[in-house]
Amino acid sequence: MKVLSLNFLSCAVKGCKSSSDSYPLHPKDAELVQDDIEVNAQLLINLLPRIDWTALTTTATELGFPALPPQAPTPEELEADEAKLKDLHHLLMETQIMEGKLVCASCGHEYAVREGIANFLLPSHLV
Amino acid sequence: MTKPGQGAEGDAVAAPPVAITTAATAAAAPQAAASSAAPVIAPGADAESYEQQHVHSVYESIASHFSATRYKPWPVIASFLLSLPPGAVGLDVGCGNGKYLAVNPHVHIVGSDRSANLVRIARDHGGDRRCDVAVADGLALPFPPGKADFAICVAVIHHMSTRQRRQEAVRALLECVRPDSGGGKILVYVWALEQSNSRRGWDEGADQDQLVPWVFKSKTKTAGGGGGDTTYQRYYHLYRKGELEEDVVAVGGKVLDSGYDKDNWWAVASRIN
Ligand SMILES: [Zn+2]
Repeated sequence: MKVLSLNFLSCAVKGCKSSSDSYPLHPKDAELVQDDIEVNAQLLINLLPRIDWTALTTTATELGFPALPPQAPTPEELEADEAKLKDLHHLLMETQIMEGKLVCASCGHEYAVREGIANFLLPSHLV
Repeated sequence: MTKPGQGAEGDAVAAPPVAITTAATAAAAPQAAASSAAPVIAPGADAESYEQQHVHSVYESIASHFSATRYKPWPVIASFLLSLPPGAVGLDVGCGNGKYLAVNPHVHIVGSDRSANLVRIARDHGGDRRCDVAVADGLALPFPPGKADFAICVAVIHHMSTRQRRQEAVRALLECVRPDSGGGKILVYVWALEQSNSRRGWDEGADQDQLVPWVFKSKTKTAGGGGGDTTYQRYYHLYRKGELEEDVVAVGGKVLDSGYDKDNWWAVASRIN
């Protein structure tokens, strides 16, 4: 599960959807792997406007990455700055959560991640 | 709780199922007889446990066999994915073996499926850990409202055994994508009732709720022949013409395009607000 995808995941509990605490989910006891993936600059630049930067900042900090700048770079800035592009590529595309949990801050439910796959099936009392 | 075959919309009450004893019988019988009208489920059981038996546990058991026979993307879906703007982020709800996750390398897709075994196959589609997938239920999706650019849902919603659940599934998809003004859209594919040219031979007027066998051929044959083959019964609701569009509209969607493609009805839709 790439960090990029964490930016598009929230709690599966219906009652949590309206709560801002249900997004992003918070990694806990996360074991990361770093894959070696070729940089696709155009894809990153096109993805940038879709990224929730505040949520990504939270995720990056919680995974132990250096703090991100408070504002997302513009596509032009990203295009012109190879180091910035590589860093973002490394965070979003190459970093995967393999084991651990994703925790909802609204209901407290912990979703298990095993072998890179998060399981969002809910116990009956949360459906 | 509404039971399959007793939907709020007055679904026909299904006839008792035709017993299929062995794979050999299924193969020898006329193809249309290989499926049976879905039985009325036992009192006390609900739609969820019915689907657990006749959908989820079946896919969990047949995952690798199923995946091996489902590798070619359907053209309408591939062209939908290829038409997306570069950098679009979307969802494949009921991604199965993940055959749509890497069709367009310029978009990012998060796949989900109810079957953990299928999700494991999907994760490695096109390379180790290449695809991002999660185990999730179509009626409890782990996606924030209004964030995705698109969502596809192929051959999934016809497994839901009441009309209310099928409509809720469409609503859940629409909730995940940006509103119409933001360009968000969904693509839904479901099996059609009208498939007189298929080997199953259903057509207008047939029972819309069916149990369809999946024969898992065993490699080891017993002395009596046939031997270890196992037949699983999957529940399907076969959509009649116009029904999918009705369901989209019923949950606040707007049909942008729709059509019939090889025994399936499909619709592209957006969320009005
Ligand atoms: Zn929650």
